[in-house]
Amino acid sequence: MDKAKVMAGVKKYTMIIALLLVTLFFTWRTGGKILLPQNVSNLIAQNAYVFVLATGMLLCILTGGNIDLSVGSIVCFVGAVGATLMENKGVNVWVSILVMVLVGTAIGAWQAFWIAYVHVPPFITTLSGMLVFRGLSNVVLQGMTVSITNEFFVKLFGGGADCYIPDFLGGGEGMNITCMVAGVLACAIYVVIVLRGRMARAKKGYEMEALAPAVTKLVVICLVILAFTYKLAQYKGIPTALLWVMVVVFIYGYITSKTTTGRYFYAVGGNEKATKLSGINTERVYFIAYTNMGFLAALAGMLTIARMTSAQPTYGQNYEMDAIGSCFIGGASAYGGVGTVPGVIVGAVLMGVINLGMSIMGVDANYQRVVKGLVLLAAVIFDVVSKKGGKN
Amino acid sequence: MAKILLEMKNITKTFPGVKALDNVNLKVEEGEIHALVGENGAGKSTLMNVLSGIYPYGSYEGDIIYDGEVCKFNKIKDSEEKGIVIIHQELALIPYMTIGENMFLGNERGHKFALDWNETYGKADELLKTVGLKESSRTLIKDIGVGKQQLVEIAKALAKKVRLLILDEPTSSLNESDSQALLELMLQFKREGMTSIIISHKLNEVSYVADKITVIRDGSTIETMDKKTDAITEDRIIKGMVGRDLTDRFPKRENVKIGDILMEVRNWNVYHPLYTERKVVDNVSMNVRRGEVVGISGLMGAGRTELAMSIFGKSYGTNISGQLFIDGKEVHLRSVREAINNKLAYVTEDRKGNGLILTNPIKINTTMANLDAVSTHTVIDKDKEYGIAVDYKEKLHTKCPTVEQNVGNLSGGNQQKVLLAKWMFADPDVLILDEPTRGIDVGAKYEIYCIINQLVAEGKSVIMISSELPEVLGMCDRIYVMNEGRMVGELDRSEASQEVIMSYILKSSNKGA
Repeated sequence: MDKAKVMAGVKKYTMIIALLLVTLFFTWRTGGKILLPQNVSNLIAQNAYVFVLATGMLLCILTGGNIDLSVGSIVCFVGAVGATLMENKGVNVWVSILVMVLVGTAIGAWQAFWIAYVHVPPFITTLSGMLVFRGLSNVVLQGMTVSITNEFFVKLFGGGADCYIPDFLGGGEGMNITCMVAGVLACAIYVVIVLRGRMARAKKGYEMEALAPAVTKLVVICLVILAFTYKLAQYKGIPTALLWVMVVVFIYGYITSKTTTGRYFYAVGGNEKATKLSGINTERVYFIAYTNMGFLAALAGMLTIARMTSAQPTYGQNYEMDAIGSCFIGGASAYGGVGTVPGVIVGAVLMGVINLGMSIMGVDANYQRVVKGLVLLAAVIFDVVSKKGGKN
Repeated sequence: MAKILLEMKNITKTFPGVKALDNVNLKVEEGEIHALVGENGAGKSTLMNVLSGIYPYGSYEGDIIYDGEVCKFNKIKDSEEKGIVIIHQELALIPYMTIGENMFLGNERGHKFALDWNETYGKADELLKTVGLKESSRTLIKDIGVGKQQLVEIAKALAKKVRLLILDEPTSSLNESDSQALLELMLQFKREGMTSIIISHKLNEVSYVADKITVIRDGSTIETMDKKTDAITEDRIIKGMVGRDLTDRFPKRENVKIGDILMEVRNWNVYHPLYTERKVVDNVSMNVRRGEVVGISGLMGAGRTELAMSIFGKSYGTNISGQLFIDGKEVHLRSVREAINNKLAYVTEDRKGNGLILTNPIKINTTMANLDAVSTHTVIDKDKEYGIAVDYKEKLHTKCPTVEQNVGNLSGGNQQKVLLAKWMFADPDVLILDEPTRGIDVGAKYEIYCIINQLVAEGKSVIMISSELPEVLGMCDRIYVMNEGRMVGELDRSEASQEVIMSYILKSSNKGA
């Protein structure tokens, strides 16, 4: 019985354990360099687009292992449109941002329409989108690089040299007080939410998680938050891009776990026919998933051009693969119906740590690809094998 | 005494936490038909999986003695080499391959790199004849019905030089005449000297075809009855299976007042969704009253499911015409949502395929058709959801450790209860139950009948589609008989009998021919 419990625990937290082991490995191999404040900070800033895209990709994958191949091209196209408007046409920043969001969402809706209502396979539809919007990006940019000089835009989306939330509370060199305060606040809010949840359950007489594991979990999560913000505070503070990521993660984490709409994604992936016969509009579920993917791709596009302070026709290449990889590594099922936003974030961080660790170690870029590819395969093998084990 | 072909001695098989088989003994004589009966989860399939090597030697205790020697099967191939072939309840044929290709799948004719198609199809045609199929072996599987597919499975077994044929619920998806044909085929094989084991829930079939009947309950053998020496009655078998006397297989319904007409269908026509010129439901009119259980009887493929699903928010068919009245008002239900909102529920016959999300827990399945009732502004109250699932679990006596359990891990009867809970929670006035007791054991059937009685006692209406005549006769106040898409009869409980219903079906079929 105890052994079974331990096994269940290991299974539940496999990816977190894997992340821990990988981090330890690279700490050892890089002589601790990977945990330097600057590297921790870069990990977030560099991978912001992955977090955003992977969250959107999760919704697509939940519907039945369907992926969206076009996100990289949409990122590029949206960036190209925005950069051209802002820099070449002199359009107002806010108007440009609005146009970018609308363009991304419209592209998503275009693809979603074919997938949801005409039942064109998502793979084909988005493969088409991948080609179309890569081509159109080139057309818009006329094959050239457009530099982004609008400082407000760059700052807003966390790019450029000074891409951190300023320290309002006036900390000194090497210690950003605002960042630390934010970390402590985050912990406090988390503790309050957990406590209120428990109290509400106790009041209504519902079953509760046992006290000891609940407290352990709480303490561990708070420690992680504090350690993380401490690292960031030691460098330059909270990267602006992190704020965007947090907003996306919280909103989508909430939608997928707490709302009826979120439940529908899981239901469609679990058994589409049964879902349909339960009076749920399954076509609309597909439509929402792919339209939303376009919307988030637009956001990722803005983060990307801000970070690079330019738009180029080659941006966004292989972004779809990073997003898809993060989802599967983070425990989403290749058959749909299983996967969580926190899981996907862990998957994305794991990929990020592997990238960063290998870069610091000076591993050849080609071998980095090999390693990433094998990690992805291993994750999916694990998913398939553990499913098989559950059946017998 | 004839030679013992197979003896399974003191078989014990444990899964983590559960003892699935406990000292099971089974003796099968050469040339006999041996029936294995028991409730769902009693261990019949586990026993057969041990025999066929799905659970390899070493994962169980006890001995398998086959043809005089102790066998240690490690995989299915090992047992098949000895001539032991299992045909599973869920058919394992590939729809887009021909009959011949399916029959010799994994057992191909000719050389590995040069398949001999002439031999394949020639041999296949020969075998098809022995099982009484007139189809060419070049026909695609998807183009023949389930009954014929079952026969193809048997022909496939014959191609493997079978000595011991094991049929797991072979008639569960067949209609009465196809079932009969299958049983006759088994008897014919017996005359030719083949040994078979049949696993079945249908006691009338078992007592018709079997020489010996072994009853298994809770993983142990209860008794083996011999047709020659024992008086075998269905009551005795049932008693062995459930461990108690079922004085009445159908619970009494008392003091249920039958009220006004709650739902009525007039001149309902439905066409096939793909072959749009084919009429599946032909000018059907029917009604159901408050507090009434109405049965729709008929053979497989009579158009009963199609009728029900087309009423339920047009979830089947094209070019649907006719009128639908609920509570005296005409309604037009264009989607399943509208049907649910108009207090209609359709409980599917295919609980795994169309009813439940097997990989999700009981609580999520329970609320799926009425998620709005556990949420405010689309935010789900998970505690409320949990509470509701627990309520239904207790109300319907669903056997499960917790409602967090995945539905896929439950037995058929308990899955059916979760499915019923899901639709009861949607709070319908009219429930259409499509084969509500298919593939579930006697005890669970009784409980489902009790639930039906409870529903009508609350003033709801139940339409029960069933292929099992005793069940229709035992449960329904009124019975419609459907055949080839048409309503061919309407009977009151007092005037209905198996013979009358069958004669309605047969007469109407003759007219068509």
